[in-house]
Amino acid sequence: MSARVGVVVFPGTNCEHDVAGVLASLGGETELVWHGTRSLGGYDALVLPGGFAHGDYLRPGAIARFSPVMDAVADFAAAGGPVVGICNGFQVLTEAGLLPGALQKNRGLRFICTTVGVRVSSALSVITAGVEVGRVLQIPINHFEGNYTCDRSTLAELRDEGRIVLRYVDNPNGSIDDIAGICNREGNVVGLMPHPERAADELTGSTDGIVLLRSLLAAADTAEVALGD
Amino acid sequence: MRFDVLVEVRLRQGIADPEGATIERALPALGFTGIGQVRVGKAIRMVVEAARIQDAEQVASQVALRLLSNPVIEDVEVTVLGSAPAAGGQAAAGGGAIGQ
Repeated sequence: MSARVGVVVFPGTNCEHDVAGVLASLGGETELVWHGTRSLGGYDALVLPGGFAHGDYLRPGAIARFSPVMDAVADFAAAGGPVVGICNGFQVLTEAGLLPGALQKNRGLRFICTTVGVRVSSALSVITAGVEVGRVLQIPINHFEGNYTCDRSTLAELRDEGRIVLRYVDNPNGSIDDIAGICNREGNVVGLMPHPERAADELTGSTDGIVLLRSLLAAADTAEVALGD
Repeated sequence: MRFDVLVEVRLRQGIADPEGATIERALPALGFTGIGQVRVGKAIRMVVEAARIQDAEQVASQVALRLLSNPVIEDVEVTVLGSAPAAGGQAAAGGGAIGQ
């Protein structure tokens, strides 16, 4: 049976079809999940895709974290279910407290839309479990607030526990320690600024994102998410 | 009672403020000198209904901490500016600023 992946859609999310399409092409069964949903039973993994949830008003993710679906996302994550936030989804996960730190405006105050090299720095996470550490992937970024920051003790923790998942080869936005993606202690909740779904076809220049999404599907296949409801 | 409340959100000390730095760099070009430490934040005004000024401040502080600011990178200050005019009524004067 193929893994069932819920792709969470907030008002203003705009990458849901890209993610769902690529996951489906890799053999996943995908379903768009509206942010008003309160139950996430039946899914093997969740993706919070990119976009501008709730218009990015106040701060990216600030309003989205109070969307009804977010309590269910937190329960799903606590039950060990794979949860991946891409770009705006990463911002939502930090605002919701499911990942530490925050994403602030890029150094230089520029919106950056380009393909960058990111190095896999840890195999702890559900998106890198199937990828060799040290491998450099060419994946597009597309953000204004991608400059990851956190306090010193959090950074030390992330480093010590192998939770820095992806690092920029050539830091484009000022992120502390070149961080492009991190995960929680268990590795099942991941946030990353690069868009793997946009590096999944030769036509768009790179297929390096596929290994990350394939790894997610593999994690979803073996995930046993027991939700309390 | 209705209270006029000002919530100011600013980046915490030590957090880079590229917007403030950009403004600061633009000032000499306009002939302004001797201006430094430019920091950019947000000001949010709202009217809070509460029995007492302390209650208004407390509610506004909760809103400021839970929604209006991200404590990882931002500090917040709540000031009750005074009582707000009732619909169609006149503004009452005064009301001390209460910092947080």
